[in-house]
Amino acid sequence: MGLFSAIKSGLAKTRDALMGELKGIVGAGKITDDTLEELEEHLIKADVGVEAAFLLTDALREQALGKSLTTEQVLDIMRSEAERLLKDPPLFELKGKPHVVLVIGVNGAGKTTTIGKLAARWIGEGKKVMIAACDTFRAAAIEQLETWAERSGAEFVKHQEGSDPAAVAFDACQAAVARGCDVVLIDTAGRLHNKDYLMEELKKIVRVVKKVNPDFPHDMWLVIDGNTGQNTINQTKIFNQSFPLTGLVVTKLDGTARGGAVLSIASSLQIPIRWIGMGERIDQLVPFSKAEYVEGLFENALEEKN
Amino acid sequence: MFSQLTDSLESTLKNLRGQGKLTEENVAESLREVRRAFLEADVNFNVTRDFVKAVKEKALGSEVLNSVTPGQQIVKIIHDELVAVMGGETKEINLSGPAPVGIMMAGLQGSGKTTFAGKIALWMRSKKKRKPLLVAADVYRPAAIKQLQVLGKSIGIPVYEEGQGDPVEIIKHGYQYAKDNGFDLVIYDTAGRLQIDEELMQELEKAKEAVHPDEILFVADAMIGQEAVNVAETFWQRLSFTGVCLSKMDGDTRGGAALSIKKMTGVPICFIGVGEKLPDIELFHPDRMASRILGMGDVVSLVEKAQQVIDEKDAKDLKKKILNNTFDLNDFLNQLRTIKKLGRIKDILGLIPGLNKLPLDQIDEKQLVYVEAILSSMTPKERKKPQILDGSRKNRIAKGSGTEISRVNAVLKQYDDMKEMFKKVGDMARKQNNGGQIGSNYTPPKVKKKRK
Repeated sequence: MGLFSAIKSGLAKTRDALMGELKGIVGAGKITDDTLEELEEHLIKADVGVEAAFLLTDALREQALGKSLTTEQVLDIMRSEAERLLKDPPLFELKGKPHVVLVIGVNGAGKTTTIGKLAARWIGEGKKVMIAACDTFRAAAIEQLETWAERSGAEFVKHQEGSDPAAVAFDACQAAVARGCDVVLIDTAGRLHNKDYLMEELKKIVRVVKKVNPDFPHDMWLVIDGNTGQNTINQTKIFNQSFPLTGLVVTKLDGTARGGAVLSIASSLQIPIRWIGMGERIDQLVPFSKAEYVEGLFENALEEKN
Repeated sequence: MFSQLTDSLESTLKNLRGQGKLTEENVAESLREVRRAFLEADVNFNVTRDFVKAVKEKALGSEVLNSVTPGQQIVKIIHDELVAVMGGETKEINLSGPAPVGIMMAGLQGSGKTTFAGKIALWMRSKKKRKPLLVAADVYRPAAIKQLQVLGKSIGIPVYEEGQGDPVEIIKHGYQYAKDNGFDLVIYDTAGRLQIDEELMQELEKAKEAVHPDEILFVADAMIGQEAVNVAETFWQRLSFTGVCLSKMDGDTRGGAALSIKKMTGVPICFIGVGEKLPDIELFHPDRMASRILGMGDVVSLVEKAQQVIDEKDAKDLKKKILNNTFDLNDFLNQLRTIKKLGRIKDILGLIPGLNKLPLDQIDEKQLVYVEAILSSMTPKERKKPQILDGSRKNRIAKGSGTEISRVNAVLKQYDDMKEMFKKVGDMARKQNNGGQIGSNYTPPKVKKKRK
């Protein structure tokens, strides 16, 4: 599945929900406050997020209130607003040998799966990848990650369940330096952002890998479940207060009406979205691209209308 | 839990509380805010609309009673409506069927099924005296079986597994195994799946056909957004699940999913997950949750929690000690440990009406750790007679607890202040008791209010 079509089919429901309603709402004549409120409701229903929904309709309110516009014109306004809100992530480059990425997130967001997919991708590009099993808390998390490491052919460092995650990270970074790895992916235990002691544990991991090399970790990526609602914003904000997040990974976008969350995140936070997870297969993690995302969200509407 | 929803509602209702009468205007204004608060809390759109409509009708149709303010009245209406939407009464798992009673878990990936399977097994054993068997039917996610095995082992509950076989067969065999081996409860853990994954949804239907579980529990992440309803409705259409479990309720989620799922499927929420460890499971109480949403605190939960950890005899002894002013540092340490058993101070205070408005994030839980370390570094004799603590003893205690002498002194000062306070309480009680010693059954007489 190509990136473009993957995004498109993943967003199909969001888009359909939007477009179906759009036709009904806009076709009726002049755009009034009522029209906009109705549109707002449907954007929220499509999980665009309350803030992003207000942003999109505010753009319409400024430019279209009291006018009779075609569906295309309304769509164009929302589309350019979405383009304004979203940003392409800066080009990803390896900043060191090894380049160390710390992957964090709440429980069940998809960190381990994301790491498996990332490892497979980079190994496919001919890089040598090390995976560090720092989720020493959840039962069998180490085995789960080990399976991914075997599937992708990555180097793997683990300790026993219940051991100090910072120690695992330290060993993995040292081993990666010694073995000449290109990338180190550090998996961490899921943690709710409102648990201070778990945030301290993460800070310790960061402190300790800096002892191997003060430039480590080069990246800290937060993994977000695409199904999560408004709490996404809280998660990102609070994690970002404690750590300089350098990127986001939005997972599980292969379900139904999702993907709106991406817009909401982008509109309220300045952290680039790096990857989106479109399915369980090892190759179903795709780099985020603004153009493709906006296409996926809005493009088909015109075809459907004709 | 739900704390942000409480915050938004509170600022709205504050406006209303100041006013004298429920009018169409002030009701409409506050309901607009409620609507926004609900949407921002991920409550489903249609659910929000219905909710607001219902509250509006009830608010305008009701006569304002003389004894309450309009604000109080609308809070009551919203409260009752919230309770109604969330299911009225607490749903208990149906255990009346012939043994082994079957419970099947289902839900999206990462929603918390495996953990919940372990939690429910433990809960059923300790609260319902059941003998549960766990069945590992998630054959897809790497190490999911191992995860269940580790959980099972940690609580001494057996796990039936066949490796990566056919999940439907595993479930059938698991049922048979439970029946043959005297288990009276069997909990099937299944793989996470998207509601649009036709193949996997069929697999669940087949599993249901094969063993006819007494309960099918749909597990949802409490943080789920507007999508909650789509997911829940599809699972419900395919499986007619009988109960809902909400995971990760210990996060700062606004928890709108609790409202939406119940309202859209009609299936009640039975359990909530409130932590990562297996005992972190609670029954869902709609009325308490509604109170909490509205900032009324949750005193019932607090009292229940306290009852679990506080021994009644200890409590009586303590009262006696306080009133007779024989409370020493040994008692102080015991109290500290009891409070710790209740959970984090922040969480406890959050349950108390009014106190949940304090800046709870600023409370330093570590302070208590220091105090406990200092008290633990004393000998029992020192704790009984703190007056023997000289410079050299204090120095040893500071070293032993990894703190400084200044901290040791601070703890002793705290203790002295407490004694001083207890002394006053005791004196007052003795005065009323004609100067005699106070027994453990003494109850201070109520202070009569002066009438104007």
